[in-house]
Amino acid sequence: MTRTFDPADAQLQTQTLLEKIQSYTGPPISVMEVCGTHTVAVARMGLRPLLPQGVKLISGPGCPVCVTPVETFDKAIYLVEKGVILATYGDAMRVPGTRTTLADARANGGRVEPVYSALDAVKLAKANPDDQVVFLGLGFETTSPTAAHAIMVAGRENLENFSVLCAHKALLPAMEALVADPQMEIGAFLCPGHATMVIGSDVYKPFCEAHRLPCVVTGFEAQDVLLGLLWILRQAKEGRAEVENAYPRAVDAQGNVGAMKMLATVFRPADARFRGIGVLPGGGYELKEEFAHFDAETRFLAGVEVESREPAGCMCAEVLRGRIEPSQCPLFAKTCTAENPVGACMVSSEGACGAHYRYRGV
Amino acid sequence: MDRITKSHGGGGAHMRALISDIFKSKFGNPELDKLNDFAAVTLPTNRIALSTDSFVVEPWEFPGGNIGDLAICGTVNDVAMSGAKPLYLTAGFILPEGFLISDLEKIVDAMALRAEEAGVVIVSGDTKVVDPGSGPFINTAGVGVIETELEIAGSSAKDGDAVIITGHVGSHGIAVLSKRESIGFGTEVLSDVAPLSGLIAALVDDGLELHVLRDPTRGGVAEALNEIASQSGVEIEIDDNLIPMEQGVLSACELLGYDPLHIANEGCALVILPADQAERALEVMKTQRYGVHATIIGKVSDGAPRVTAKTLLGSRRLVDSPSGELLPRIC
Amino acid sequence: MCVAVPGKIVSIDEFDMAVVDFGGTTREVSLAMVEDPATGEYVIVHAGFALHKVNSEEALETIELMRQALDDSNF
Repeated sequence: MTRTFDPADAQLQTQTLLEKIQSYTGPPISVMEVCGTHTVAVARMGLRPLLPQGVKLISGPGCPVCVTPVETFDKAIYLVEKGVILATYGDAMRVPGTRTTLADARANGGRVEPVYSALDAVKLAKANPDDQVVFLGLGFETTSPTAAHAIMVAGRENLENFSVLCAHKALLPAMEALVADPQMEIGAFLCPGHATMVIGSDVYKPFCEAHRLPCVVTGFEAQDVLLGLLWILRQAKEGRAEVENAYPRAVDAQGNVGAMKMLATVFRPADARFRGIGVLPGGGYELKEEFAHFDAETRFLAGVEVESREPAGCMCAEVLRGRIEPSQCPLFAKTCTAENPVGACMVSSEGACGAHYRYRGV
Repeated sequence: MDRITKSHGGGGAHMRALISDIFKSKFGNPELDKLNDFAAVTLPTNRIALSTDSFVVEPWEFPGGNIGDLAICGTVNDVAMSGAKPLYLTAGFILPEGFLISDLEKIVDAMALRAEEAGVVIVSGDTKVVDPGSGPFINTAGVGVIETELEIAGSSAKDGDAVIITGHVGSHGIAVLSKRESIGFGTEVLSDVAPLSGLIAALVDDGLELHVLRDPTRGGVAEALNEIASQSGVEIEIDDNLIPMEQGVLSACELLGYDPLHIANEGCALVILPADQAERALEVMKTQRYGVHATIIGKVSDGAPRVTAKTLLGSRRLVDSPSGELLPRIC
Repeated sequence: MCVAVPGKIVSIDEFDMAVVDFGGTTREVSLAMVEDPATGEYVIVHAGFALHKVNSEEALETIELMRQALDDSNF
């Protein structure tokens, strides 16, 4: 591993940063960690119980699996039952659809292949020329350019049997929706390091100015998270609201221009349903007309109605908006556990419920 | 003939040839050589440990070993975790039609070597041939003699005990996962598959007051510790940062989103005993080939039956059992 | 949101695919989204794609930010 910080110093560095955070005397503030990987890092290092009075960390909607609506999984399962080979990230395997999960569909004889990369799905299509391979693409702007690239590769190679069921989401519209929610009291955003690596930290500037909210981009090692939070608290104390980058080894102002270009070549912004948040204008991506041949919706799902409903009693919707803590859901750690998840937020270990459950404090 | 056919499982001349050419020639010992449907053996004590395990690892060959290594070490270790000295094993093979006989020989060679290393004798066996498509599968059963008065069991962990892991964590699971086609990554990590009978015998013979021995196979260290906490009704607290593991295991876990505590092991054991004997236990372990990386990773206390880990910031969090199949994650 | 880890480019083929070493774990990674990658350089990889080239100045900048934060006697 190419660690930035010497593990030998971790104890001292994290303790020093924590002490600084704990000495915060500014106004009370709720900080949303937008990104699920931050949620996991926060839970794993046991930060929440150590925060000073008045400082609250709210887990946001940045878990791609969690914000993918139940009908997407129902569609994927429908395709599996129709005989396609469905390739997707391991994260999606155990997410409950209305009736069942992709993992169960596989146990029932369906062909579902967990992959690590969209290009692995293209490989699968090449290796199985007599089968249709559908790649269920999930994720924000970190991941969506990789799906775009896979589609371009499939196009170059004239692969007739590869297509994408697109559930890719856009980060900024999700953040806008959270701020627009009158029930939300977000005082600052801890912005996702890796999505920002692609979209660039400048993207937050108009957002930050319009809403007067500190936006600090940071990474995922314990020191990164603590530094990001410290900077947010410093802004809050000094009454500033700026975009700051605490993750310069991965993030710059412009982001990965090539990746964004690739994204724009294949996809165009579209309204998209977020689980728990509803339909957000420009909240996701769909394939452009010239790539319709690679769109599983067009090819296999035109006119198909799948019956979808969210699980009864599940409060993922409220959790995703940061309105309640996972432990405030009546199902949490009772009928909804990591072993038998009811809602999507419990399935992914970076989902708010999953992270809170797996690393719940004692 | 270079492949397994149905006739190898059919009870005729082919089967007799397979038994004498491969199994007898490689496992040969007086009891097996009698070719009875049973083995009759004499045991030095009347307190024995029995165990059986089936091996279905896919792919059957992986960095650091093959299914044959697992079939011997897995059962030897299960028997040894009672504090027993494993003595005799049986082996049942379920082979797919078309399986290369040269591959079977590789498997049987590995078994013969491991049996010798572990000091056990394979005294009875069986072969079946099934339609191609999956396998090979192996079942082994083992018997060992318990010569200690100790009641070594998952329910014996007590307040004030120390928790030791005898070796690096996660190597077996990572070695096997690296060969799964849909994930496909390269690693220098080799499976840790090894018989622990010698290591355990050294601890028993030293007179240490062993409370619990457990090999953290499927489900990894997290699963094994949760089982022990629940069986013994105690709280087990570990320090994440003390868990010994190879760099390659850590980096594979970071890349693919696995938790090292959830990864299977085949050559290390959790040893729980009174804290004041922990240092002596470490000394003994370090004289053994499979104990050189032994480390104290935690302690047992009275409390709710659960496993907790000290976090980097000094707070504590729960350590849960893994939930099902290990899948690569991108988020 | 996204697991991404830094690794070192070990070799590159003519299709912009590389073998990247993550410290004892190697994986095939697409370099289609980074400019002028070279063997020996460090990249941050997500879902099988290099998305950012790490240069030593940026890495030092991070360490410097951390040093400042730790040394800063004020909040």
